[in-house]
Amino acid sequence: MKTLILHGKARCIYKPDKSNDDINTDYIISGRYKFHIENLQELSKHLFEDIDPEFLKRFEKGDFVVAGRNFGCGSSREQAPLVLKYAGVSAVIAMSFARIFYRNSFNIGLPLVECDTSGIEEGDVLKISLTEGIIENETKKKVIHTRPLPKFMINLLQDGGLVEHIKKYKMFKI
Amino acid sequence: MGKTIAEKIISKHTQLKKSTVVAGDVVLVKPDFIFAQDGTAGLVIDTLLSLKSSSARRKLIREASRCGFVIDHSSPSPQMSISKIHNKIRNFAKENDAHLFDIGNGVCHQVIPEGGFALPGRVVIGADSHTCTYGALGCCATGLGSTDVAIAMYTGYTWMKVPATFKIVCKGKLEKGVYAKDLILYIIGKLSAEGANYKAVEFYGDAISRLNMDGRFTITNMVVEMGAKFGIIPPDKKTIAWLKEHNVSRKYEIVHADKNATYEREYEFDVKKIGPQVATPHKVDNAVPIEKVIGTPISEAFLGTCTNGRYEDLYIAATILKNRRIHRDVKFIVAPASRKIMLKAMKTGVLSTLIESGAVVISPGCGPCVGTHGGIPADGENVISTANRNFKGRMGNPEANIYLASPATVAASAIEGKIADPRKYLTN
Repeated sequence: MKTLILHGKARCIYKPDKSNDDINTDYIISGRYKFHIENLQELSKHLFEDIDPEFLKRFEKGDFVVAGRNFGCGSSREQAPLVLKYAGVSAVIAMSFARIFYRNSFNIGLPLVECDTSGIEEGDVLKISLTEGIIENETKKKVIHTRPLPKFMINLLQDGGLVEHIKKYKMFKI
Repeated sequence: MGKTIAEKIISKHTQLKKSTVVAGDVVLVKPDFIFAQDGTAGLVIDTLLSLKSSSARRKLIREASRCGFVIDHSSPSPQMSISKIHNKIRNFAKENDAHLFDIGNGVCHQVIPEGGFALPGRVVIGADSHTCTYGALGCCATGLGSTDVAIAMYTGYTWMKVPATFKIVCKGKLEKGVYAKDLILYIIGKLSAEGANYKAVEFYGDAISRLNMDGRFTITNMVVEMGAKFGIIPPDKKTIAWLKEHNVSRKYEIVHADKNATYEREYEFDVKKIGPQVATPHKVDNAVPIEKVIGTPISEAFLGTCTNGRYEDLYIAATILKNRRIHRDVKFIVAPASRKIMLKAMKTGVLSTLIESGAVVISPGCGPCVGTHGGIPADGENVISTANRNFKGRMGNPEANIYLASPATVAASAIEGKIADPRKYLTN
C-alpha cells in the first residue's frame, strides 16, 4: 500500500487579478504548448507560465499548489494534471475543483485535497494525511479538516492511477 | 419519486439489475460513443498502447464502431510536431477500425451530431470539455480526460457519479438582435463559473422551444463554462426534424423527465429583459450588457467554433454584413463548424457575402479558438469572438484580450472596428 501521507511546502498560486479562484487548465498549461509538445517533462517547464512566470523558480519538488475555488476549470486537457505531476507537485489543495480536472488528477495519481485554504500562506510547511482527511499546518501550528476522499479515489491513488487499476483488475472496481 | 433526464438515461446505460439510479450513485456506464480530438488523442493512444503488454487482445479498442477520432483543433497542421501527432491518430484509427474524421470535416461537436453518433437518450463521452454540446439533442454527453477516454475505449465502460440536476426555465421572446449566445452568457454570468459544478442542467421554457437547433447547440455547448456535466434540452419536433435533415437512420429513444422529478435548484429567467451580452477578459462569467463595452476598439473578429460556427450563425452575420465592408483595421476570420455547413453557406450565398465584406474564410475546424493557428492575435490586441472561452492566452497570446459575443455582435463590431450593438443593423 502506498503511503498517503505527504509533507511539503505550500506554493500559493494567484492570477494577475490577485484572485486564486477559477485557475483554469489553460493557465496550468497553455494550449500553444500542449498541442505540439508531447514530452511531459519538457511541457512541465511551462507550468502556470501565463499567470505566474516566476512560479517554478520558487517551487521545489514535493511542494503543494494551493489555490481557491474551482481549480482546474475549463478544457479537459489531461496535460494539466500531468504537468503538475511532472513538475513534482505532490498534491493540489483548493477550496473546490472543477469536475473533469478532478477525475483526470486521480486517474493519473495526483492527489487533490478540498478544504478551506484561506489560512494557508506561501511557504507554510504542511503535512497531509489523505486517508484521515487532515492537514497539519506546521508553520502556523493549526489543523485543517479536509473533505474526505471517496473510497474509489483512494483506491485509484493506491493503485497508482486508473491505468494501473485496470491492469490490476481488468475492469473498474468501484 | 420522479426521475430527471440524467437519472433515466444513466439508468438505461448501467448493467445494474436495479432499474433506476439516483443522483449521487456511482455506477458503471456503457457509453454509446467515445471519442478524442487531436489535442487529446495523443495521450489516449499512448495510454492504450501502454495496455498492450498486459492484454492478450488483438485490438486495443473493445468496440471500434463506438469509437472515433476527430482532427479539428490544429487542422490542417501548422507545424511538423503536430503533423506527427495527426499521423499517429490516423494510423491508430485505421489499425483499430475506429471512425476517423480527418482535417476539413469540421469541429468534433458538429461532426459527431451530424454523423448520427449523438442521439436522444444516448450517452456520449469525449476527451474534450465541450462534449456537453450534444445535450441539445436530449442526450447525456460530457467531456472527460484522455485516460478516462482511453480506458472507456479499452473496456467499453466508464464510471459516472449520477449528477443532481438544475432546472432552468427561460420564458418570453428574445428581442431582435439578441440570440442564444446572449442568453447563455447571461445565465453563466448569473450562476458563475462554478455555479453548476458537477450538475446536470435541464433547459425548459418557450424561449428554448423557439430556438432552432443551431441556437440550442450554442446553449448546451456552454454549460461547462459554469461547471456542468450535462446540459440537456428535451427533444421536440425541431430535434426530430434536425435528425431527419441530417439523414440519421439509427434508432433512438426520446427521454423526458418525470413531472415530479427532483431538482436540486430551479431558476427562471425572463429573456425579454436580456439585451446583447459580452463576456469581458479573462473570464466567461464576466458577462455584461453590451452598453458597458460599446466602443472598445478591436483588431480581430472571429466567427466560428463549436459554439457559433453553425449555418444560422453564419447567416446572421451575413445579414448584417450584406453590402457592407468590415473596418480596415480589423482582421475578420470565419471558420465554418463543418464541411456540410460550409457547403450550405456556399450554396445559399452566405459565404460570398462574408467574403465580399472582407472575411478570411479558413477551413472547417476549431480555427484560432485554441491558439495554435488560424489567426493568433498580437500583443495588446483586442479580439471579439463567438467562441466559448476568453481565458488569458487562450488564442495563443497571453498579451491579447478576448471578448465573447454573439455572431451578430461580432459582425457589427467587425464593421465598426470597435464593439458595436448589432441591433442598429437589424432595423427592418
